[in-house]
Amino acid sequence: MSEALSGLAAHLREKLGEAVLDSVVAYGELTVQVAPADIVKAATFLRDDAKCRFVSIIDVSGADYPYRDQRFDVVYHLLSPTKNLRIRLKVHADEETVVPSVTGVWPGADWFERETYDLYGVLFSGHPDLRRILTDYGFEGHPLRKDFPLTGFVEVRYDDEAKRVIYEPVELKQEFRNFDFLSPWEGTDYVLPGDEKAKTN
Amino acid sequence: MGLNPNPGTLVAPQPKGILDPATGKPVGSTDPFFVEVNNELADKGFLVTSLDALITWARTGSLMYMTFGLACCAVEMIHKAMPRYDSERFGIAPRASPRQSDVMIVAGTLTNKMAPALRKVYDQMPEPRYVISMGSCANGGGYYHYSYSVVRGCDRIVPVDIYVPGCPPSAEALLYGLLLLQKKIRRTGTIER
Repeated sequence: MSEALSGLAAHLREKLGEAVLDSVVAYGELTVQVAPADIVKAATFLRDDAKCRFVSIIDVSGADYPYRDQRFDVVYHLLSPTKNLRIRLKVHADEETVVPSVTGVWPGADWFERETYDLYGVLFSGHPDLRRILTDYGFEGHPLRKDFPLTGFVEVRYDDEAKRVIYEPVELKQEFRNFDFLSPWEGTDYVLPGDEKAKTN
Repeated sequence: MGLNPNPGTLVAPQPKGILDPATGKPVGSTDPFFVEVNNELADKGFLVTSLDALITWARTGSLMYMTFGLACCAVEMIHKAMPRYDSERFGIAPRASPRQSDVMIVAGTLTNKMAPALRKVYDQMPEPRYVISMGSCANGGGYYHYSYSVVRGCDRIVPVDIYVPGCPPSAEALLYGLLLLQKKIRRTGTIER
């Protein structure tokens, strides 16, 4: 399998040339990094080339690395049913970078890109309808960013005077719970009867 | 085939019910309440009761519930309605329209986005209406208590009559909650709106 993948990586380097910034085969999976400007070109090639035929888009997702200059990864997972191969495409982006949409290549990427925009705030150009898909109407912020607070900013409640559900700044009745995973307590060293096989190693 | 030692047609024996070992009679046949009601019916042919007792009795006997299945709790709510627990024995049946239901079972995580819709459904229900909050998430946010998108308990949106704890509560627990609701209606129910 990994020979096929490294062969595919070499083929991509040969055909796409400078567009391939990096390619790694790790854990039996091929990851190729391209520049945002080249994503549509690479996607079209991967779909149409006779040695690739990645006609199926599995997922478009994001990842946040706050310490990086280009803090976001946009990750595309592709499947080639005819070659029985999978590939992962990565594009680095930040809050301002506009990533060209691949909905023209795979129409199925529409909602995936909306989800990535909703949860990470990555902007896609050429998308037919780039608006939020999962979060609340009028939601502010992008909740899967590392700097988004867990509890968010607003909470809802039904107001008897206004006769509708209203939004208020979040106010927790119960403090966050802290779990101390570095407890000095190490437990017992004897074995309870009947518990001999509980640890296999 | 020789599997059945007795030749002839197989006939199930007539059910005898559960017999009380102390008396040898069916369970409940010596219950003073039933005996008294039975005697009164046999003697006079009618019963006398108060109107609100009759009305609350009628209400408890046909609790149509609005199925508000939001998450995995909905599966236990379905189990409760299916033949094993068979809540229709108590007249508790699912009703897909809020305008014809008496009780709403909030089964699952209530999110901020769903909250106005839940309130809208509740507002459409006719009086008298009751709400059962089912499971940790509906009771107080549960696992998602600190989440940015989850309502910390559906009692922030609608008034709740019965809280059923559990994650998810078993079908028996929900059925018990419904029986408690029947008890609550019997005790506190009025004919005033």
